[in-house]
Amino acid sequence: MPTPLLSVRDLVIEFPTRHGPLTAVDGVSFDLAAGEVLGVVGESGAGKSLTGSAIIGLLDPPGHIASGEIYLKGKRIDNLRAEDMRAIRGRHIGMVFQDPLTSLNPLYTIADQLIETIRTHLRLSEREARQRAIGLLDDVGIPAASRRIDDYPHQFSGGMRQRVVIALALAAEPELVIADEPTTALDVSVQAQIIDVLKEQCTQHGASVILITHDMGVIAETADRVAVMYSGRIAEIGPVREIIQNAKHPYTSGLMGSIPTLAQEEDRLVQIPGSMPRLSDIPPGCPFNPRCEKVFDKCRVQRPSLIPVENRQVACWLYEDTGTSEVAT
Amino acid sequence: MSKVAAKAATPLLQVSDLSCVFDVSKPWLNRLIEREPKQFLRAVDNVSFEIRKGETLALVGESGSGKSTIAKMLVGLLDPSEGTILFDGEPMITHSSDRMTELRKRFQMIFQSPYASLNPRWKVADVIAEPMIVLGVEKDSAKIQARVDELLDLVSLSAADGSKFPHEFSGGQRQRIAIARALSSSPEFIVCDEPTSALDVSVQAQILNLMRDLQDQLGLTYLFISHDLSVVRHMANRIGVLYLGALVEISDSKELFRAPQHPYTRMLLDAVPDLEMTGRKRKEVEGEIPNPINPPSGCTFHPRCPFANERCRREVPRWTRTKTGVAACHGVEESRIPETEMAR
Ligand SMILES: Nc1ncnc2c1ncn2[C@@H]1O[C@H](COP(=O)(O)OP(=O)(O)OP(=O)(O)O)[C@@H](O)[C@H]1O
Ligand SMILES: Nc1ncnc2c1ncn2[C@@H]1O[C@H](COP(=O)(O)OP(=O)(O)OP(=O)(O)O)[C@@H](O)[C@H]1O
Ligand code: SF4
Ligand code: SF4
Ligand SMILES: [Mg+2]
Ligand SMILES: [Mg+2]
Repeated sequence: MPTPLLSVRDLVIEFPTRHGPLTAVDGVSFDLAAGEVLGVVGESGAGKSLTGSAIIGLLDPPGHIASGEIYLKGKRIDNLRAEDMRAIRGRHIGMVFQDPLTSLNPLYTIADQLIETIRTHLRLSEREARQRAIGLLDDVGIPAASRRIDDYPHQFSGGMRQRVVIALALAAEPELVIADEPTTALDVSVQAQIIDVLKEQCTQHGASVILITHDMGVIAETADRVAVMYSGRIAEIGPVREIIQNAKHPYTSGLMGSIPTLAQEEDRLVQIPGSMPRLSDIPPGCPFNPRCEKVFDKCRVQRPSLIPVENRQVACWLYEDTGTSEVAT
Repeated sequence: MSKVAAKAATPLLQVSDLSCVFDVSKPWLNRLIEREPKQFLRAVDNVSFEIRKGETLALVGESGSGKSTIAKMLVGLLDPSEGTILFDGEPMITHSSDRMTELRKRFQMIFQSPYASLNPRWKVADVIAEPMIVLGVEKDSAKIQARVDELLDLVSLSAADGSKFPHEFSGGQRQRIAIARALSSSPEFIVCDEPTSALDVSVQAQILNLMRDLQDQLGLTYLFISHDLSVVRHMANRIGVLYLGALVEISDSKELFRAPQHPYTRMLLDAVPDLEMTGRKRKEVEGEIPNPINPPSGCTFHPRCPFANERCRREVPRWTRTKTGVAACHGVEESRIPETEMAR
């Protein structure tokens, strides 16, 4: 098997508190092949953004990696010195943060910021960099890019700023793009355009993408595989089509059921009863057990790890002995 | 008509001919050197609509179509360049005055970016209590505390979260804090700019159900901005479709999805991604959003419209009654746009 582009092994992220550490990400492992798009979905607060920030080495203190390893092309990167990591960031890994404003400096024009990023990583003249910057803005669908590039961030709409941040992340053609909710504030037509830009990075430059989003439509269209997170752990991971059409983990089923559709006639949306446990009181056993319809005794005492089922993995005791067969519902 | 009936008939919000023009000229010296005239961007162009008490009106439209700009003018964060806004029959003036403070108590806004709207140096409880205190809704500190706890619980956070700072929360959790804050002064009218776009679907369902429950219980009125058409369909009684700053169609919500009239509305609906994976290919939206600084003549949608003709390129379309509402389109007026019953 070829070395995966990215390999995350047993990642644990903690926040120290007066009452001991809070574990926000607890034993997350996955591989990402070159050219692959991995979708990450899950409950708000499940640890999706933290996982992304850990990979790019930008966890906000006091949050830190308590254990586990991260490899980029076989080379360990979670223990690099700050300056070595800085060289990897931007050039090899690009990140689109959930909050587009934090990545943009309000005091500089869009042109200043794009050109600086491009010239830090690529040997281009000011003029060439400006051309490339305009091209990138065109790609992400900013109308009249050559004129609006000299605007300041506050002169752009919410969705336009989000697209500038995507352009920034792609500026140096990184091999891995981590996109945290890149299309949430965007309408469907721009969404399609952004997805095309991301996909093009994969097909033309062989880049891999980790796409964190709650938008299942976007995942369905873009991702090869999808990881479903709950309470800092992966609940289920596998090919996107199979998970959307036939969820195995009870949390995934609930998640799929809550998606509003255009066809729906009922007035109330389906919601999973209860809410995700707080970090300070994650129950023993399976973290989903207080909300799970199929809970049984073992779920309350023993924590399920990822069990291979068909060509995916599911962290749920229902699949313990079944290996590959369907469980009676 | 009796006085009571007249009052009931007054919409809670009445917006007439609202426009917002931004000066996007280059600095004076650059203009002089490059011999460029001043440039203006009409972010909102002659928009009129009403919202009745207890109703939800949604605004949809592509990124940059002017949704947030309208929202900001409604809550007084931005001065309109032209037009009037009447709240419960009274004109809104952004300059501070006692009257305005009284009006301010009655509406709130949930912002598109929950990060920007939460002061990072304040504890969550203080962030939520602020509108109550500033607007003088509640003065007793024990009562304020109790209300904050209640609000945190309402948005599925816990009272203990009140003593934390915003950066300790995930994106979706911060959005819930923003919602709790907007509800704290018990407003009657809430402008929601993409209130759930940062939320995962199960929390989104909780929040949307909550917003509907509050509407039923308290008779709240919403202006709801979202790019997610399935969410809009679920929340809104009526929907206004914006294109390049102008409204092109206003229609009953269910009808808009069943029988969209304006060609742009149809294009938007066709672009919704297919989650059921029925094999329906998402239709690419054709053409680009034009440059808003130099918009096309006549109907601004004509470069992208499959039904455009000479008249469309020349004449700005006026409002026409449709079976489901109103639309600004020559084709609709001339009944030359073929019926499409959307199979939904
Ligand atoms: N600085 C911090 N101090 C304490 N807890 C934190 C801090 N930052 C994040 N957390 C907690 O870590 C958990 C995971 O956060 P993360 O931002 O990764 O969630 P997420 O899955 O991206 O959620 P969302 O979909 O809402 O963005 C949350 O419960 C959050 O409260
Ligand atoms: N302060 C400003 N100065 C100049 N132009 C502005 C300013 N604020 C907004 N604009 C422009 O006005 C237009 C409408 O912006 P607005 O934020 O209302 O869009 P929107 O419909 O909310 O889009 P989105 O869905 O991306 O949030 C955009 O072209 C934007 O660039
Ligand atoms: S392990 Fe038990 S509680 Fe957890 S999801 Fe499976 S059945 Fe439900
Ligand atoms: S007015 Fe003409 S160009 Fe505009 S939407 Fe109608 S048919 Fe199309
Ligand atoms: Mg997040
Ligand atoms: Mg906006």
